[in-house]
Amino acid sequence: MGDELRFHFNIDGDNFTSAGEASVEVKKKLRQLGFPPDVIRRVSIAMYEGEINMVIHARGGDADVLVYPDRIVIILEDHGPGIEDIDLAMQEGYSTAPDSVRALGFGAGMGLPNMKRYTEEMHVESTLGVGTKITMVVNVQ
Amino acid sequence: MKIREIVPLLEAEVLCCEEDLDVEVCNACGSDMMSDVLAFVKDQTALLTGLVNPQVVRTAMMVDMRCIIFVRGKCPTPEMIALAEEGHIVLLATKLRMYEACGRLYVSHLAGGD
Repeated sequence: MGDELRFHFNIDGDNFTSAGEASVEVKKKLRQLGFPPDVIRRVSIAMYEGEINMVIHARGGDADVLVYPDRIVIILEDHGPGIEDIDLAMQEGYSTAPDSVRALGFGAGMGLPNMKRYTEEMHVESTLGVGTKITMVVNVQ
Repeated sequence: MKIREIVPLLEAEVLCCEEDLDVEVCNACGSDMMSDVLAFVKDQTALLTGLVNPQVVRTAMMVDMRCIIFVRGKCPTPEMIALAEEGHIVLLATKLRMYEACGRLYVSHLAGGD
């Protein structure tokens, strides 16, 4: 620890339109730093799904991206309602999102599975009524 | 297939990034669910969708897509066009429905990607 580059973002939970801006910013920064396109894409998708989740379910939160030479760590933390059954939420197709969110193209129950699909490690800590913290690691091959 | 070749096939209108019409796309994905699009990651993909909101463009940016085709006469907002220009993503609009638009591209040998 200590030699990483760290980027912090506050995710606005009241604005679905701006959701994803932090992920676009991370993508730009990783490109400038010269990471391989596949790594950049996996980090961007995982973070973007997380960002959308925070806006849909938790009225926003905080995102930190820690960049090491050999891995990128994404930490997403919110103070939303928490996830009741994490195993169930990790199943493709399971969603608690309302129809209004589905009409916007999300809430198909693919968010968390996609985050797992594109990362080497994913840890979900959640307490009902307190919030959720998701830590993801993408290795740089 | 070059994006330029898609335009007459779908009787489409070019809405932005005309300078990128010679970019090649190798497959296509038709969906209104953006998480399904994010689960389908292929290089050089064109997205066909009837969904109109800025997240469509951001989704395309995340998976490095270079072309979005709006079907059923849907028209993106100026904000979406600005976002697409920033990401060098060609936006096309066609009056065709999703099924026919996908079908015309498929029979013209643009693969489904799997």
